[in-house]
Amino acid sequence: MMNYSSVRSDPPDEPAIRAETLNVVRGTRQVLRDLDFTVPRGQITGLLGPSGCGKTTLMRAIVGTQAKVTGTLDVLGRPAGHPTLRTRIGYVTQAPSVYDDLTISQNLAYFAAILDPGHTAADRRHENVTRAIADVDLTNHADALAGNLSGGQRSRVSLAVALLGTPELLVLDEPTVGLDPVLRRDLWALFHDIAGSRGATLLISSHVMNEAERCHRLLLMREGQILADDTPDALRTRTDSETVEAAFLHLVDEAVAAARAKETTR
Amino acid sequence: MTTTTSTPTTLHPAPTGALNLARTTATAARVLRQLLHDPRTIALMLLVPCVMLFLLRYVFDGSPRTFDNIGASLLGIFPLITMFLVTSIATLRERTSGTLERLLAMPLGKGDLIAGYALAFGTLAIIQSALATGLALWFLGLDVTGSPWLLLLVALLDALLGTALGLFVSAFAASEFQAVQFMPAVIFPQLLLCGLFTPRDNMHPALEAISNVLPMSYAVDGMNEVLKHTDMTANFVRDALIVAGCALLVLGLGAATLRRRTA
Repeated sequence: MMNYSSVRSDPPDEPAIRAETLNVVRGTRQVLRDLDFTVPRGQITGLLGPSGCGKTTLMRAIVGTQAKVTGTLDVLGRPAGHPTLRTRIGYVTQAPSVYDDLTISQNLAYFAAILDPGHTAADRRHENVTRAIADVDLTNHADALAGNLSGGQRSRVSLAVALLGTPELLVLDEPTVGLDPVLRRDLWALFHDIAGSRGATLLISSHVMNEAERCHRLLLMREGQILADDTPDALRTRTDSETVEAAFLHLVDEAVAAARAKETTR
Repeated sequence: MTTTTSTPTTLHPAPTGALNLARTTATAARVLRQLLHDPRTIALMLLVPCVMLFLLRYVFDGSPRTFDNIGASLLGIFPLITMFLVTSIATLRERTSGTLERLLAMPLGKGDLIAGYALAFGTLAIIQSALATGLALWFLGLDVTGSPWLLLLVALLDALLGTALGLFVSAFAASEFQAVQFMPAVIFPQLLLCGLFTPRDNMHPALEAISNVLPMSYAVDGMNEVLKHTDMTANFVRDALIVAGCALLVLGLGAATLRRRTA
């Protein structure tokens, strides 16, 4: 067992997430195949790809809730799922995971008490709860039952829970699905603020390609593999495309053609 | 939008294996708060046992001795059944809503979660048992030789056992339909064999042997000890310890069904 307390902080140039030959099997199906990638610190990395390509499984592996993960996966300088990471990572699942029979502030107060327990922390918790509710623009609904909220509001409550502990890494699974354009713009502004002024790393999945333009870096996934790992600009330039969507389609076609060529030479 | 200067790594120590009292009580308070938003469930939990006892009293209007026997046993059985149902549904909801996964990705120990549930439903069980015992003793004329506090103690242990069993079976239920069906599967055989309908030594030897390893039998035996004896008998202590031991054992098994990593 390593003595982690002597390792105070990891070097800042070390990536937030580093994966080498990462494989995940669910049942008999290989969901992720030999992934190699890094996610830089303090930036927003978009994880894009069609539904069913393995985005959620990859995110669950990173936060340490996925079983049967093999290969190397280091998160914030520790192996994924390490107990000390539990307070340093905020994770938002695709379906809002909050208690429908509690109000917004009761939901947040409970999760805050898990992250930062004890009487002495009560004031700090209260501040954190108020800030997180304000961050997702739900202050006016703080006393409403989560079960009575709209779908978009419930997913924002779920997001607020992840913002509670001022995490160093935020893993967000489709956080803007089903939200109107104004809210989407506000949330992306919030994400940039979290990355910019709080220095946090964000990994955000989406299958809406136009959101990709708002990320610093992109991981494009398809069928459990990474097609590209680059900045949006570099991707467009490399594939000679107008948009990230066109770049993605170009890369998919390329991958399909390469796979066919391999089949025929066999 | 504000920025915070706090460094979370130093503020929140990593969880240790031992129970964390603050996290446990926070969990218990949260479970109770959820129930407070559902007054109908609370009313049903508290009133149904009372109504059943009332009904039973007048069903056996002609034979008060029978009411004494069955009434005392039921005071132990009600909390077990109610807590079993409530816990199995509550933890199943926790599993299916994704909140369990979220909690286990946070620094919450499995023991904290289970102890929190046990504490919350234990509190409710005390209120339920106090109401039912009070009604039976002072209004329905249930004739108990021993102390009503001992009845309450057994009722509380039964409630813990119910919570433990509910938590455990919720791991094997994929839906609320299945969870409810575990009630007849887990509780009814114990109900038939616990000595409520006929003394256990009158049963077929094979059934008696089975009833000897079912925890509810000892819950009912314990209640009957209080019914018949003024003092705390050695048999009562044995019965209470067996029920408590079973509850702890099943709670431990329940903790083993909570997995941080799932497929």
